Amino acid sequence: MIWTHKDLIGMDALGRDDIENIFDIATSFKEISTREIKKIPTLRGKTVVLLFYEPSTRTRMSFEIAAKRLSADTVSLSASGSSFEKGETILDAARNIMTMAPDCIVIRYPHAGIPELLARTLPCSIINAGDGFHEHPTQALLDIYSMRDHFGYTQGLNVLIAGDIMHSRVAKSNVYGLKKFGANVTLVAPKTLLPPGIDKWGADVCTDFDSALPDADVVMMLRIQKERIEQQFFSGEREYALFYGLDKSRVEKMKEGAIIMHPGPVNRGVEITYDATESARSVILDQVENGLAIRMALLYLFLGGGKRVD
Amino acid sequence: MWIKGGRILDPATNTDAIGDVCIEGAEIASIYPGGKTAETNDVIDATGFWVMPGLIDMHAHLRDPGFEYKEDIYTGSLAAAAGGITTVIAMANTDPVNDSPAVTEYIIGKAKEVGLVRILPVGAATKGQKGKELAEMGLMKAEGIAGISDDGAPIEDAFMLRKILEYAATFGLRVISHPEDKSLSASGVMNEGELSTRLGLSGIPKAAEEVMVARDVIVSEFTGLPVHITHISTKGSMDIVKRAKEKGIPVSCDATPHHLLLTEERVSSYDTNTKMYPPLREDQDRGALIEGIKTSVIDVIATDHAPHARDEKDRDFDLAPFGVIGLQTLLPAVIKLHLEQDIDLMKAVSCVTINPARILGIDGGTICPGARADITIVDPNAVWTLTGDMIKSKSKNSPFIGSAFKGKVVYTIARGRKVYEDGS
Repeated sequence: MIWTHKDLIGMDALGRDDIENIFDIATSFKEISTREIKKIPTLRGKTVVLLFYEPSTRTRMSFEIAAKRLSADTVSLSASGSSFEKGETILDAARNIMTMAPDCIVIRYPHAGIPELLARTLPCSIINAGDGFHEHPTQALLDIYSMRDHFGYTQGLNVLIAGDIMHSRVAKSNVYGLKKFGANVTLVAPKTLLPPGIDKWGADVCTDFDSALPDADVVMMLRIQKERIEQQFFSGEREYALFYGLDKSRVEKMKEGAIIMHPGPVNRGVEITYDATESARSVILDQVENGLAIRMALLYLFLGGGKRVD
Repeated sequence: MWIKGGRILDPATNTDAIGDVCIEGAEIASIYPGGKTAETNDVIDATGFWVMPGLIDMHAHLRDPGFEYKEDIYTGSLAAAAGGITTVIAMANTDPVNDSPAVTEYIIGKAKEVGLVRILPVGAATKGQKGKELAEMGLMKAEGIAGISDDGAPIEDAFMLRKILEYAATFGLRVISHPEDKSLSASGVMNEGELSTRLGLSGIPKAAEEVMVARDVIVSEFTGLPVHITHISTKGSMDIVKRAKEKGIPVSCDATPHHLLLTEERVSSYDTNTKMYPPLREDQDRGALIEGIKTSVIDVIATDHAPHARDEKDRDFDLAPFGVIGLQTLLPAVIKLHLEQDIDLMKAVSCVTINPARILGIDGGTICPGARADITIVDPNAVWTLTGDMIKSKSKNSPFIGSAFKGKVVYTIARGRKVYEDGS
């Protein structure tokens, strides 16, 4: 199959075939991380710039390790300690970085649209590692991969995504991706955290967590940010945890075989408790592990580790 | 000066006829329907052209004093002249704010020094546009302001609005209200809806505008005093104004060319030249605005010309300032609306000439003996595409760069003097 994409900005632009291709390669790369020498020379001589203008542990490390396992050189830049602090805009910074001929820029940015603007203006590949409330496609890819890895299929899977849907790029990218894989998505949140026009996403929407929970094969909890309380999206942590938190009693109400996911970092005691993260249903750490394989596959495809991949 | 053989379009006198216009000094001396042998050598051959009153742009930000890096009175005058605009109503959110006779005097003095078009400042409604204390409206009026507005910093307090309407009426000044409930527009950057969610941008609900339009209408009815509501953008606002006018409440309103010609789909590219307040709305809203012009619910088409420097706009959509320029695209947009949306030409022209003049109580906006010799001559058949280097403004933040237009200004005459000639 020929990989024709220059950039990865959102899940909408990827076809199911593209995603299957990414998954196949990810599966073949998983084994590398179990070797004693965890490195293959595939991307030797390629340069990957990691531009993280927003805090990140998992995604940033995952990309960096992924690039290194494939022997690419990585350069990491974050907002603090860069010229961003001196007022340089991201667009100017990117123009400067481009003169150093990177092959790929992985970008995390607090506002929507910048990865797309960079993709339109720069010749190298741009991979969106999360932009504002827009998209986080690599997270959705690893989530869907993890679901398929666990169940062996995605068709007809009931996926419940609960939490701050309005401000979640993860939820959005997952809805776009899961639709391509025949899953049924239900979004659960108080009305204040449901974005406008959500009825047009092709997902079910409800405000009652308990009524939606028993049917779900996958329960994906989203991180709830404390600043949303000040912004009047909900009354406080106590009430949120009571109505929308995944705790022991709710874990017990889940369907047999159903799993718990979370993109991290978790806010313990708010949207999720130890009982849930440490339950046998939790695949949260598998998600992180799969994330590495997915990002290796993406770098491989975008950096032309073989323009033509069968 | 003698303008020969053009099609004279003057909604104020209901004139649509081929004829000659004779100008003496700064005034129009006579109109000769059918034409007459010119009595001077200073002749403009307007055969095949439209001859209309010089345009009045009721809503522009010229940024001078204080933000001269965005625009100043000279570049703003050049852009206006190139756009066939002979009177610019300049909003008060400068630095310092135009809330005192000294600032008004500065603006008018500098405009006269530049000497291209008439610039009439709007005075702030409140000191510093802070919404707390009334500005010196009477003293500013004596220096020449043409209206009152806290545009850019909407009047949130209904008590203040009442006092502003009453105090402005005392001096015969019209109040221009920028309808925005800041608590509802919050951190929004585009129209709220499915598209804003898809793009990951925060939305500005239509209600942020409509609740204030409704409030303005109610306060106008209650005080019996007129209010002009600027840059209306939604179908809901149109419905409110329509009902108000039917009830005889003294409200008037305007819409911008960009809200009449573009929709929120344009934001999909994250082009910051599609970011303005109010935001571009949906097609049904645009349709309602066009209907509003046809039914005279909308009185005026005004630019809300809002220059911003390239470095301010060349960044994230979330962080870029609101506003687009419009002086050179006002008349082309008006012609486009006539040609593509079946808006009667005289009706369209009235929205940029006599209607704003009447609302503000200023002279101009008509071609008749004794009137200011402010005339715009247009080649209605010229087809052209706007490019960045055609823009005379200091800032180039136009959403119409790359758009094709039919109809081009060939001469702009202000107070009997050619202030713009195409190709020169």
